[in-house]
Amino acid sequence: MHFYRMSCFCLLLLCAGPALAAEGLRIGLTPTFLGERPALLADWRAYLENRLGRPVAFILKDSHEETMELLRQQQIQAAWLCDCPRITMNREFNLLATPLFHGRPYYRAYLVVPQADQVTHRLLDLKDKVFAYGDPTSNAGHMNPRYELWKFGVDPDHFFRRTFLTHTHGNAIEAVAAGVADATSVNSYVWETLDQQPALTGRTRIAARSVEYGFPPFVTTHTMAPGDFRALQRALLTMAEDARGRVVLKKMNLDGFALPQPELYQPVREIVRYMDNR
Amino acid sequence: MSIPFDLSLRHKLPLWGGLLILLTALAITGGNLALTRESLKKNMLVRSEILGRSLARALSAAISLDDVWRAYEILDAPMSAETLRPGFHLESMVVLDALNRVFISTQPQRYPLQRGLATLGPEFRLLQARLEQNDGRVLALESGRVLLAIPLVVEGVPLGTLVLVHPADYYQSSFDRAVRRTAWTTLLVLLVLLPLTWFWGRRMAQPLSLLTERMGELGRRLPAPLPERIYPHDDELGRLFQVYGQMLRELADKEALERQVVKSDRLAALGRLTASMAHEINNPLGGLLTAVDTLKRHGQLDSLQAKLVPLLERGLTQIQEVVAALLVEARARSRALTRQDVDDVHILLAREARAVNWEWLNEVQDTVELPATLVRQVLINLLLNALQAAGKDGHMRARITQTALGLELEVGNDGRVIPPALMEHLFEPFTGLNEEGHGLGLWITYQIVQQLHGHIEVDSVAGWTRFRVDLPAAGSP
Repeated sequence: MHFYRMSCFCLLLLCAGPALAAEGLRIGLTPTFLGERPALLADWRAYLENRLGRPVAFILKDSHEETMELLRQQQIQAAWLCDCPRITMNREFNLLATPLFHGRPYYRAYLVVPQADQVTHRLLDLKDKVFAYGDPTSNAGHMNPRYELWKFGVDPDHFFRRTFLTHTHGNAIEAVAAGVADATSVNSYVWETLDQQPALTGRTRIAARSVEYGFPPFVTTHTMAPGDFRALQRALLTMAEDARGRVVLKKMNLDGFALPQPELYQPVREIVRYMDNR
Repeated sequence: MSIPFDLSLRHKLPLWGGLLILLTALAITGGNLALTRESLKKNMLVRSEILGRSLARALSAAISLDDVWRAYEILDAPMSAETLRPGFHLESMVVLDALNRVFISTQPQRYPLQRGLATLGPEFRLLQARLEQNDGRVLALESGRVLLAIPLVVEGVPLGTLVLVHPADYYQSSFDRAVRRTAWTTLLVLLVLLPLTWFWGRRMAQPLSLLTERMGELGRRLPAPLPERIYPHDDELGRLFQVYGQMLRELADKEALERQVVKSDRLAALGRLTASMAHEINNPLGGLLTAVDTLKRHGQLDSLQAKLVPLLERGLTQIQEVVAALLVEARARSRALTRQDVDDVHILLAREARAVNWEWLNEVQDTVELPATLVRQVLINLLLNALQAAGKDGHMRARITQTALGLELEVGNDGRVIPPALMEHLFEPFTGLNEEGHGLGLWITYQIVQQLHGHIEVDSVAGWTRFRVDLPAAGSP
């Protein structure tokens, strides 16, 4: 499967590369956010094209890794990925804007268990259970639960009976709802957005909530023209000020965008540093 | 015998026909359903195997990448589709890794991840034993639930096994549907066939039972004929009815003939009796009359005797006349009949026949070798009878024809019809068609016709009474 993804990636580089610039603004997304909502994406794209006066394309990839590689190769000019330091603390990328969730630029990691499980209240209750991770670069879906276990002096690789990757928060919630996994950890924004139609989330329960982390920001390549950068940033920051923008934001379950504050991402950096030093 | 075999054919034929059709339908339906059941069982397992094989490749890749979620997604879509099907027969799918532990399943609660096969129940323990001896072939295990194990092998390396779990009665709902469909079809066919058989059976049996009823009357009286076209076909049954009709006609003819013979015999006997009696009476009567005559002419009679002798004479003369009438003697020689003799009768009776409409047809051309006096007497007797019967303003028809054999007389009238009881004794003496007359007219006519070796017949139907007389000419064959 990795081989398949890499070959697609190479093919994209070889064939599509030179044609991209002419097409306007390309924004990378992962299925973490809005991956399976094409109607919403179309609305948002139409809104941005209208505001920027140029074509906008959303590029969806299966994993953070692939999108990050596209950004590094400057195949895309902007991306909405994760809050990992490789994005937020990288000199190659500039922070563009941070989404406001419940009016603030923060999210939490939710420990999610099946509705039927009424005994689990923290990670340590999950000894010898099956745990579903999201994307390995995701803080909420991967790093945060492992970090918390380490802090309790437990090796996450030997704590669970079985772990597996689901790549997106949506899949992770589905795995718990279907009973494939006994627990997972997801971004609070994703769980609560899905909870607006609780067919899936209704079969799950939030067993624990983490501390607040800075909401994953929009980033751009550092080579992006300053005019383009400012135009895109203005478009995002003022989205909540016009009616059409608010309609799209409401569908996205966000309240708007704010100027990024790098210190928001310090806690995640600490986590990564802690994990790397082990 | 027992009751069902003694039933009337009218009931037995439809009942037997219906029963046979019912049995046939049940036998065919039963056989078909047994076949359907077998093929359903087989087909559904084949379907499962096809599904399993189509998933095997993708599952092998997921196992080799240790991608549990991917494996779940591979199983989940077809499983959801299966569940939506009406004839749902797949209970769950379980993927085992190379060590026969649960890698993933569509029912993670029932088959927890990483759990050893042996802990999943007796069926799976049995499966494990079989898997350990297996050499990469598809296994079907039927003990309680039905397990179909498809090995996941890539380039000869066993990566795991896909187990499709079916309930023990996995084919039952499909079979039930087949049963319902077949039952409806059979019912429809029966709805058409049973009334047809019923109709056909009754169609055969009804004429037969009518025939039986009529045949039962045979000893007592001649039964009525069967209705026309009661069974118009030319098979054995049809021929039976034809033969019955023919038999009936022959019986009627025979009976009529017998009656005729009896009547002729009776009349002949009567003829002989009256003839001999007439002779016996005539001899002393002649003497008596001579004696009375002598007494009248030569005897000295006192007043009382003078009053009694003529009374005696008149009585004796009446006896003589009656006896003479009874004793029809045709032997007297007479000249042959001419056309004029016939016409004379017309003229003779014209006065008396003024009150009726009389049609007269004399078709005698020349002389007929028959005694003219006797023929004229027959004709007059018949005409007088007809005249009497027709009454005022009635109709009468007389036709006298000369034929190759002799003479044919036909006299008809539209007066009252002769009742059958009277018809039997019509030609006997003192029977008489009317109150007037001595009732010897037809007797005399009959006797003359007999003595001339002729034939007389009468029919009286539909308001028309007709006498017909055939007289063979002397010298004719």
